[in-house]
Amino acid sequence: METVFRHLSINIFALRLLTLMIITSSSHSEWGLNMTESVTAIGRDIHGLHMTIFYICVAIAIVVFGIMLYSIIRHRKSLGVEAKPFHESTMVEIIWTTIPLLILVAMAIPATKTLIDMYDTETSDIDIKITGYQWKWRYEYLNTDIDFFSTLTTTQDQMHGLEAKSENYLLEVDKHLVIPINKKVRFLFTAQDVIHSWWVPELAVKKDAIPGFINESWAKVEKPGIYRGQCAELCGQGHGYMPIVVEAVSEEDYQAWLITQQQAQQNANQVSELSFDELMAQGKIGYDKNCAACHQVTGMGVPPVFPALKGSAIALGDIQQHVNVVVNGKGGSAMAAFGEQLTPTELAAIITYERNAWGNDKGDSIQPAEIVSFKQAEGQ
Amino acid sequence: MTTTSEHSSAPATGITRWLYTTNHKDIGSMYLIFSLVMLLIGGSMALLIRSELFQPGLQLMQPEFFNQMTTLHGVIMVFGAIMPAFVGMANWLIPMMIGAPDMALPRINNWSFWLLPFAFGMVLSTLFMEGGAPNFGWTFYAPLSTTYAPPSVTFFIFSVHIMGISSVMGAVNVIATIMNMRAPGMNYMKMPMFVWTWLITAFLLLAVMPVLAGVVTMMLMDIHFGTSFFDAAGGGDPVMFQHIFWFFGHPEVYIMILPAFGIVSHIIPTFARKPLFGYHSMVIATSSIAVLSFIVWAHHMFTVGMPLVGELFFMYSTMLIAVPTGVKVFNWVATMFHGSMTFETPMLFSIAFVVLFTIGGLSGLMLAIAPADFQYHDTYFVVAHFHYVLVPGALFSIIAGVYFWIPKWTGVMYNESMGKFHFWLSFVGVNLTFFPMHFIGLAGMPRRIPDYALQFADFNMVASIGAFLFGLSQLIFVYNIIQCMRQRGCPASPQVWEGAEGLEWTVDSPAPYHTFQTPPNLDNLPSPTGHH
Repeated sequence: METVFRHLSINIFALRLLTLMIITSSSHSEWGLNMTESVTAIGRDIHGLHMTIFYICVAIAIVVFGIMLYSIIRHRKSLGVEAKPFHESTMVEIIWTTIPLLILVAMAIPATKTLIDMYDTETSDIDIKITGYQWKWRYEYLNTDIDFFSTLTTTQDQMHGLEAKSENYLLEVDKHLVIPINKKVRFLFTAQDVIHSWWVPELAVKKDAIPGFINESWAKVEKPGIYRGQCAELCGQGHGYMPIVVEAVSEEDYQAWLITQQQAQQNANQVSELSFDELMAQGKIGYDKNCAACHQVTGMGVPPVFPALKGSAIALGDIQQHVNVVVNGKGGSAMAAFGEQLTPTELAAIITYERNAWGNDKGDSIQPAEIVSFKQAEGQ
Repeated sequence: MTTTSEHSSAPATGITRWLYTTNHKDIGSMYLIFSLVMLLIGGSMALLIRSELFQPGLQLMQPEFFNQMTTLHGVIMVFGAIMPAFVGMANWLIPMMIGAPDMALPRINNWSFWLLPFAFGMVLSTLFMEGGAPNFGWTFYAPLSTTYAPPSVTFFIFSVHIMGISSVMGAVNVIATIMNMRAPGMNYMKMPMFVWTWLITAFLLLAVMPVLAGVVTMMLMDIHFGTSFFDAAGGGDPVMFQHIFWFFGHPEVYIMILPAFGIVSHIIPTFARKPLFGYHSMVIATSSIAVLSFIVWAHHMFTVGMPLVGELFFMYSTMLIAVPTGVKVFNWVATMFHGSMTFETPMLFSIAFVVLFTIGGLSGLMLAIAPADFQYHDTYFVVAHFHYVLVPGALFSIIAGVYFWIPKWTGVMYNESMGKFHFWLSFVGVNLTFFPMHFIGLAGMPRRIPDYALQFADFNMVASIGAFLFGLSQLIFVYNIIQCMRQRGCPASPQVWEGAEGLEWTVDSPAPYHTFQTPPNLDNLPSPTGHH
C-alpha cells in the first residue's frame, strides 16, 4: 500500500504543476512558468498554438496516466487480483492509431496557417540588416546612414560578484535597436564569423544569422516598450554575452531618433588630437568592452587560441603592423576586423592602450587622424 | 590459443581473459562496466555545469571551460554511456534470448569493444591539451567547429571515427547473429521484443554511422586540407553541415531509445504477469518509427531559414512520429491493465520510464509545431525535452534492465530495499532537475549559456539541487551492482522472477560461461505473442 500512496502523491504533485502552468499563463514573476506573452499578432498566434498543443498534451496525459494509475492501484497481486491474459485486439490498435492521427491533422491546420504568415516578408515599411559578430550585434538601417554595433554593458565585476548585479543583468546593451510601432519591420540576418541566432521572445522572432547567407523575418510591434532577448545559437565563449535590446517607440519618436542618429554618425568620424593620458583612459574602456572577452582584462589571453597581448610581438613591434591587425583582423583566426566596428578615436585609444598597459610600456602612441589616413591609404 | 582452452567451459584467467575474450558474456560485461564508468564521468561534468548554474554570476569556471563541459558531457553520455550500455545488453542477452551459443562474429565483437576505451581516452585527453577540449557543443556546428575550433578538434574527429567503426561492427554483429543464429523454430514473429528492437536499431546504426563519419571527414578536410565544404567564402554552406549532421543525428536519437522500448517490453509483462499487449503492433510501430526517423531530421533546424515547403514537410513528418510512439505507450498501459502487478525495482523504473518518457514525447509533439518551435528552439525547453527522453527514458530503461537481469548475470539477487530507495531518490531527483527547465525555457533562457539573467535564478537553483540528488543517488546503484559482482546477496533461482518468460530464464543463474551449445527445444516455450 505504501507505494500506492507514493504514486498518488507524485501524480498529485504533477497535476499541481500542470494547473499552475495553466493558471499563471501571463505571469512575469521570477517563477514565470509559461511562454512569454508577445507584442505582435504573429506572436499571439504562436502563443495560441502553444497553449492549444499544451492542452492536447495535458488531456492525453490525463487519460493515459489515469488508466495507468487505476491499474496500478486496482490490479495488484497484493489485492489477490488474477491477471486476465488478453493480449491482442486489432480493433483497439486501429482506434488508438486513428484518434491521434485525427488530432494531429486538426493541429496541423492552424500551425500551417501561422507558418505561412510568418514567412510573408513582403511589403515591409522598414528594412534592417542584422549581422552577428563574436560577440555583439550590428544593426544597419537600409537606405539610411545608420549603422552601429550593440554591445553588452554589464561589467566583468558584476559577473564575478564584485559588484551588485543590475536589474537587467546580462540583458543590457549600449545602443538599442530602435523601431517604430505599428510598422512592418523586416529583418535581414547574416553573420560575420560563426552562426548566431537573433531571438527576442516578445517579438516572437528567432532566426539564425549565418555567415555568407541572408535570412529574413519580420515583426509589427503593437506596443511601445523595451524588449530584451539573447543570442540563441552557441557561438563561442561569449555566447551568453551578446544580448539584444529592442526599443519600440511611436512614429514621431522614431523620426526624431533617426535625425539624432544621422548626426551622431557624422560626428563619430570627426577626430581631434588627444593626449597620451586621454588615449590610455579611453583605451582601457574600449579594450575592456571589445577585446577583453578573448585577450582578457589582464592582457594574458587564453593561449593558443587567444594569444596574450602582454609582451606580444605585435603590441611591442611596428605600430603600423599593430594597426593593420586591429583594423583588418587576422584571416583564419578568431581575430575580427575592428576597422568598421569602432571609430578612429576608439581604435587609436585601444591600440595605444595595448602598447602601454600591463607593463608593455612601449611608450609610443597613435592619434585618431593617423588611423583615418591608414584606412584612406588602404581604400586606394 | 590452445585446443584445450577452446573447448573447456571455464574462462581463461588473468588480464588476458578480458583482452582476448571472444565470449559474448565477457564482452557484454565489459561494455556495461565501461558505460557505467562513462556515466559517472559524464555525470560529474553535468554536476560541474549545474554547480556553475546554481546562481547567476561566474563562480567556478570561465565560459570557455563551461563550453568544454557541455560538449564533453553530451559526447560522453551519448556515445560513451547510453550506446555502449545497450550494446552490452545486446551482447549478454541476444544470444541467450534466441538460443544461440554466442554472437556470430566473436572476434569483431572483441575488437569493437576494445576500440572504445581508446576512443574515449583520446576524447578525455583533449582536456589537457593546449587550447582545451572541444568547446562547440555535442552537435559541433560548423564553422564554430572548423575555422573557429581549438586544435584539439582533430583528436575529436579521430575519436568519432573510432567510435563509428566500433558501432558499425557492433551493428553488423547483431544483424548477423539475429539473422543466422536463431534456434530452430524461432521465426521472426516469435523473437522477443528486445531482439526485435535491437535488430531495427542495428540497421539504423548501419545506415547513419557512415554519415557521421562523412561529416567529420569533411570537417577534417576544411580544417587541414583547404576545402570549403562548410565555408561560404569558398563556395560552401554551413547549413549543409547541419543537414548532414541531423540526417545522422535524428536516427541516432532512436538508436538510443528503441532498445529501451525493448527492455520495458520485457519487464512490464513480467511484473504484470500477463503477455505483452499487441506484440505485432509493437513490431510494426518500432519499424515505422525507424523508417520515419530518416525523414524528420530538419525539425532540429526550423530556425535555419529553410523554405516554407521544407518547414511544412518536416513539421508534418515529425508530427506523424507521435502516432507509432503513442501506440507503444498505449500497448504498455494495456499490458498493465488487468494484470496482477507487483512493484519490484525493475518494474518501478519501467513504470517511471513509461510516464516520464511520455512527458518527453508530449513536449516533443509541442516542439514539432514549427511556428511554436521558433519560440522553443535552442532554449531550456529543448534541454528539458531531450533530457526527459534520455534520462528517465533511455537511462531508466538501462537501470531497469540491469536490476532485471543482474540476478541472471551474477547469480545473486540485488538488495531490493536499496533498489527501491535508489528508485525513489532518482525519480524525485530527475523531476526536480528537468521539470523546471520547461519553465525557464519558456520564459526565455537560451541553452548553453554559462550565466543567466536574474529572472531565471529560482528555477535554476531548484534544478541544480535536483541534479545533485539525482547524481549522488546513482552511487547506491553502483554499490548494489558491486555487491552482486562480489557475490554478496541471496543466490538467484534460474527463473528469478515469477512472471518471467523467455529462453534466458531457462538456464542457470548465473548463466554458465557457455549457453545453448546445442539449440534449445522451443516447443514448451510460450511465444511472446502469447500463443503457445
